[in-house]
Amino acid sequence: MASITDKTEDKKAAPVLPVWLRGVRWYHAVVAVLLVIYPLIATGFWTVQIGAQSLILGLIGLSLMLLAGYGGMVSLSQLTVAGLAGYLVAIFGNAEWPAWLMLVGAVSLATVAAVLIGWISARTSGIYTIMITLAISVAFYYLVLQNDPIFNSFNGFSGVRPPEVFGVDWRAPLPFFYLTLGVVGLCYLFVLYLSRTPFGLALQAVRDNPRRMASLGFNVTAHRVAAHGVAGVLAGIGGVLLVWQNGQISPGSVGIGPVIDILILTVLGGLAHPVGPFIGAVIFILMENFAIDLIDRERFNTVIGAVFLVIVLFSPDGVLGLWGKLKSWLARQSARNRVDQW
Amino acid sequence: MRLFILTFLNGLTLAALYFIVASGFSLVFGLMRNVNLAHGSLYLLGGYIGFEVANSTGSWYLAVLAGFLSMAIAGILLQLLVFRYMEGQELRQTLVTIALSIILADVMLAIWSGVSYQFTPPAWLFGATPMPFINAYPTYRLFTLAAAIAIGIALWLFLNRTRIGIMIRAGVDDRGMLSASGVNVQLLFCVTFAIGAGLAGLAGVLGGSALSIAPGEDTRFLLASLIVVIVGGMGSIPGAAIGALLIGMTEQFGLAYFPTYGVVFSFLVMVVVLAIRPQGLLGRA
Amino acid sequence: MLRKLLSMTAAAALVAGAGAATADEHPIKLGGLATLEGPFAVPGEDGIRGIRMALEKFGHEAGGREIELITASSDASPDSAVNAARRLVENDEVDILVGPLSGSEGIAVKDYAKDHPDTTFVNGSSAAQRTTLDDPSENFFRFSTDGAQWQAGLGKYAYEEKGYEKVAVVAEDYSFPYSLVMGFMTDFCKLGGQVVEKFYVPLGTRDYATTVASIPQDIDALYVALGGSDAINFLSQYQQMGSAKPMIAGSITVDQSVLGAKGQQRDYLAGTITAGPIADNWDDPKWVEFKETYAEMFDDGLPSPSLFAHAYYVNTLAVLTALDEVDGDLSNGQQAFREALQNLELETPTGTISVDENRNAVADIFITEVVKDGEGGLYNEVVKIVPEVNQTLGLPEDEFLANGFASRDNPSCP
Repeated sequence: MASITDKTEDKKAAPVLPVWLRGVRWYHAVVAVLLVIYPLIATGFWTVQIGAQSLILGLIGLSLMLLAGYGGMVSLSQLTVAGLAGYLVAIFGNAEWPAWLMLVGAVSLATVAAVLIGWISARTSGIYTIMITLAISVAFYYLVLQNDPIFNSFNGFSGVRPPEVFGVDWRAPLPFFYLTLGVVGLCYLFVLYLSRTPFGLALQAVRDNPRRMASLGFNVTAHRVAAHGVAGVLAGIGGVLLVWQNGQISPGSVGIGPVIDILILTVLGGLAHPVGPFIGAVIFILMENFAIDLIDRERFNTVIGAVFLVIVLFSPDGVLGLWGKLKSWLARQSARNRVDQW
Repeated sequence: MRLFILTFLNGLTLAALYFIVASGFSLVFGLMRNVNLAHGSLYLLGGYIGFEVANSTGSWYLAVLAGFLSMAIAGILLQLLVFRYMEGQELRQTLVTIALSIILADVMLAIWSGVSYQFTPPAWLFGATPMPFINAYPTYRLFTLAAAIAIGIALWLFLNRTRIGIMIRAGVDDRGMLSASGVNVQLLFCVTFAIGAGLAGLAGVLGGSALSIAPGEDTRFLLASLIVVIVGGMGSIPGAAIGALLIGMTEQFGLAYFPTYGVVFSFLVMVVVLAIRPQGLLGRA
Repeated sequence: MLRKLLSMTAAAALVAGAGAATADEHPIKLGGLATLEGPFAVPGEDGIRGIRMALEKFGHEAGGREIELITASSDASPDSAVNAARRLVENDEVDILVGPLSGSEGIAVKDYAKDHPDTTFVNGSSAAQRTTLDDPSENFFRFSTDGAQWQAGLGKYAYEEKGYEKVAVVAEDYSFPYSLVMGFMTDFCKLGGQVVEKFYVPLGTRDYATTVASIPQDIDALYVALGGSDAINFLSQYQQMGSAKPMIAGSITVDQSVLGAKGQQRDYLAGTITAGPIADNWDDPKWVEFKETYAEMFDDGLPSPSLFAHAYYVNTLAVLTALDEVDGDLSNGQQAFREALQNLELETPTGTISVDENRNAVADIFITEVVKDGEGGLYNEVVKIVPEVNQTLGLPEDEFLANGFASRDNPSCP
């Protein structure tokens, strides 16, 4: 949250850098470099299945983090918005629309849907939001399952490929990873930036005390709906990448299981900072792919449920919260030892 | 005409089942603001335990009792071990109960596997009852309707005529005041949770006899309860009844006259109600 | 998180390097993809048992090379099937993949196969028509039959032997039951039978009371294609309404779980006819031997091998037989191996199976009828074997395709 990042601001560097760059640290650069060289050392499987997929699910989680972390609205419809964008890309692709129109159309229609969902759910709060968005997600699942003319019912769409732009085969592991990394990186920076804009700050204030903000003249509902819209753009982009990665989309892709998965991985990572969903996504995907080697795959859900339960019970801020605790513990230790190199 | 009457009766009897499940959910939320998204798991677990009891004793009545009692105990445990420590933290409650329902679903799958189980209700409940216009109607479904009405009346009497019921209603209106006037709120919470969860377990056996119990029923009845209480208004028992009627009817008439999109209708009903009355039909803002 | 990731990558690279060093002698890696989690874990595990039986028969060796089995799990959704296939092909680097279990997974894996022309994909038990008819993939083989094939000859038997002329259909609303219904109606309509109304109920429907109420009274029989628990729900509600028209069942409807379910439907089920790729109680010595081997190998198995075990067995058997024929030669993009698969005349417990030019099985289909065993139980008795059923049900491919794929409204013969 803003208050946490503000604390770490480096006063010496401040005057030359724009506001949103002030929080940048050496380890941010290290992470960025590692992400860029990662696909060069990893196999195709690790690049796409683990790497790109974590980034994509992390992006959809990021849209939930934006709503829940900054806006205080836990929405279970983010995967549904993403799924709608994915479906639209498949549908427009079959209709052979030009690439740019296909993308703009898919993401903007998904955003419209997100705003509508926001409008319905923003009038409610807390637990109502969770239940209503869950119900909307399930309604969408049944709609695509039953609708034949538009959504091709049970079969959905298969053989969905990214368009060939600039003569690059975007489906190949390396281009796809860098495409994903670039897009997701921009979205991530955008959310960091957004959290410090007047809108972002007002949104966080609405989360903390809607009544006071209303009496100060802020339109609470409008802020919430707008947040749904912004999150809708992020989720929509995530959905487009996801359908390209999977190469297909069907009702199962937007069923209740994946909907809950997004909530799990976001909370697992932590809602306090935009990096949380990405950490959660990496853990979730590693578990999903390799749990079979460690335990009986059949009981995967028990394991993921138990990990989730432990996190929620003992570290409500997710893995980020654990990291925060560890850091403050380390800080205390180092203060005690009077180590000055820090 | 015959189809219309039959569909109407089917909607009524499905609503009865929904009411039994959803009233428990609504009761718990109304008093404690506790969001128990594991309510569907209690339904299914109650059904399975009831089945085991029916299987070993051969008595369907004992199964109904076991479904209620076992889940009432589970409800008390949930309140004592989980919810007591996170009062007022709605999001954490939601997440914890989602985690619990994932684990429970998987454990139940491990124990009872993917096959479905059916109860054998007593002979007098099986078969059809002669009716005017439609010749006959399944006796068991009529019984479900009667059971729901009985449970509704019992809940009403309990909440309005007993001391503890009056305390619960006072708690719904103003928890702080109730606690200040010397009532043991924790005990009250346990009683309420036991009744709410017990109703889910009871419904598991009743529903398992009308349909069957199988993996996935937990999510189905959780969703049905959610929609019913959102439409009717959270925390209101009459609201749960009205919501259940509306959803049961929508589902069955949808299936009869527009089978392809019937399932989507109940969600549309919910969205429309919310757009007009965000707090639900009988809910208080 | 990154450190963890990198160390795992390094480990993976090490493993891959170690594999490459001994390339000449390395065993053939066989991937097995099935649903080992969620509600479909029971059929998925039985599919893996089918693979194990075939491997056991060959002593885990084919064409002089050892066969190493690596399994991966999906949850019956196409997304998870592609993810699991990707893991097997790209991470574990299997040479041949056997799977997946269900129809829509099969279509997704077939599409995935196109991106990996050097790996050969052989079906598990998925039975969607489109997998091999609509834009098939050169490296996807299916030695098991599809849903429409499973019902071949059932319409004729119902019309001629049972004398049913007017039938109503109750089935789940998705592609697999559509193709079952098509398999049944193709014969039935041609002979002059009438399907007066089709009730496609949405997936996940549990309360069939209203569907039951809508079923017309003036029919001779009811065709039901519902799986497992849905079949049980439907049947008990159908009976409670006081109706008892004879039943014609889709291949998934009258399985062991329905025949063995506790309830009051036993008397009603007797006389139900169905058709499918296997018949539990066939007395052919090869099938009996297959059943006995299954029972010996797996203490925790089902009472009798399911059609999933059978399909995975047959497909794995084809892989191993073809490998034997080419002496384990997978060089040159597995060309020789694929030719061997294409020309195989595979001897299986359910007769000889070969594949057509779309690489889909031509196999025998069994028509069965439910009879009482005299001890209160029920079983399926073989009444007829329909030989060499191909994917276009005897029609030329272009004529079959011109009629369109099975859907809610296709075919129809009111």
